[in-house]
Amino acid sequence: MSFSVAEIRKDFPIFERTIRDGKRLVYLDSGATSQKPWVVINAESDFYSKHNAAVHRGAHQLAEEATDAYEGARAIVAKFLGAKDSEIIFTKNATESINAVAYAMGNAEPGNRFALTASDSIVVTEMEHHANLIPWQQLAKRTGAQLKWFKVNQDSRLDLSNIDQVITADTKVVAITHQSNVLGTIIPLDAIVKRAHEVGAVVVLDACQSVPHMSVNVAELDIDFLAFSGHKAVGPTGVGVLWGKAELLEDLPPFLTGGSMVTAVTMESATWAAAPQRFEAGVPNMAQAVGLGAALNYLSNIGMDAIAEHERSLTGYALEKLLAIPGLRIVGPQENIQRGAALSFTLKDIHPHDVGQYVDSQGIAVRTGHHCAWPLTKIMNVPATTRASFYLYNDEHDVDDLVEALLGAQKYFGKF
Amino acid sequence: MELDSLYQEVILDHYKNPQHKGLRSDFSAQVHHVNPSCGDEITLNLKVSGDQISVISWDGQGCSISQASVSMLSELLTGKTLSQSEVIVKSFSELMASKGTAAGDPEVLEDAVVFAGVSKFPGRVKCALLGWMAFKDAAIQSQGESK
Repeated sequence: MSFSVAEIRKDFPIFERTIRDGKRLVYLDSGATSQKPWVVINAESDFYSKHNAAVHRGAHQLAEEATDAYEGARAIVAKFLGAKDSEIIFTKNATESINAVAYAMGNAEPGNRFALTASDSIVVTEMEHHANLIPWQQLAKRTGAQLKWFKVNQDSRLDLSNIDQVITADTKVVAITHQSNVLGTIIPLDAIVKRAHEVGAVVVLDACQSVPHMSVNVAELDIDFLAFSGHKAVGPTGVGVLWGKAELLEDLPPFLTGGSMVTAVTMESATWAAAPQRFEAGVPNMAQAVGLGAALNYLSNIGMDAIAEHERSLTGYALEKLLAIPGLRIVGPQENIQRGAALSFTLKDIHPHDVGQYVDSQGIAVRTGHHCAWPLTKIMNVPATTRASFYLYNDEHDVDDLVEALLGAQKYFGKF
Repeated sequence: MELDSLYQEVILDHYKNPQHKGLRSDFSAQVHHVNPSCGDEITLNLKVSGDQISVISWDGQGCSISQASVSMLSELLTGKTLSQSEVIVKSFSELMASKGTAAGDPEVLEDAVVFAGVSKFPGRVKCALLGWMAFKDAAIQSQGESK
């Protein structure tokens, strides 16, 4: 099947509307959240209109149908990641997934493989989104463990030259992003995973910016935990995924406790159900999980390799066109190698917020600011950046419109 | 163009030629305010002599709206009494909350009425208010010290 952006755009109703007095919508903010195709909107709506009931409860047909739909979605996610069904935990979003691991580790009692003490360390990177930094920062504070990190080098890549000094015998967790949401840098995981496992540490991967855009197989990556958000992968808001290796989930204590995550309860104590139920207390976001299943099926039908190739080629085009703008600096790798379709940049003398406002007046949606990666923004020595992030429904026409709008902004603010 | 109601000439002038920028060492209160959603920052030094605002100086980085707004505030409030400044800050806050329905009272706000257009852009209201909230904070601190 040939990749047709025009056909794909027909699946997304939002592209039928116009922006700022009749302008064509150029949506370049998929790094923050993606748009939704009809199949996802319909799947969520169908769940409510036809099958709505509390899953895993109730002795009635609707409860059976709801459970089938919900567990069916779990199977779709598992297949999408190359995982087992029982390893897929539905959460609210990736932030909750990462917090679930961090808090669960904090709940581990002495003797448990996940128990952290002041003689342990947790490793992150300077590239992390706040969602994969602060939960570990706070876990370190609560347990006394040391927080260490890999630095970013001048080429916007991770400096792994000191890998043996950063990941050491006392390291228990290596929490790392798969692709920087600001720089677009894709992190080569092999050496990091190998070193982490050498010292007995688990690797937690923030895959928010990779799972929606490329084929990600947890077995091939040989990682231990993975988190992503449904809404960045053409799925609904309110549903995220935590994947964990079965043998690790077995030893991981729960984070949230309550209904449907137990085997037996007395007034004094409770015992925990096996994964994934142990990590899904309460009635879950059912319609959203079902919508996520539809989203991943939609992406699979198009093909993750085809999507990745489309984005790679579009990124190459965008890099070339953007770098030709006088005064534009790409904050991230300038070469289209091991980088995703998130392009952050600064425009000399025009603040990103003003750039964003101007391009919005032309119907173009971009993100501005520090993109929830404040430490990284400081390291890159910029107060903020403008970010254009591309997805399967974007094409070269969108890039051209962005470039024209940026030149327009330079003219408007009269700095050139 | 709608955008022109946001980026008034006067605002861009203040952005390009900011007034009272550069921190002065004579102050009775110093505050540092940040807009965590975009990273804009302002440090504001305020000197109050008796009941009168004698010196406002500031430094910061951010978008044209946040920087122009604190620049204009500095011009507008220097020489006013604390009680006058309270009325002006309140009036400016109300203008920013007006969602484009108010024009602002030029008797009170003088040049700052040009920010009326900002209230139509909910994403930018915080930019315009950053310096004003910093000033309000500094004014409270100064009053606390004089009591």
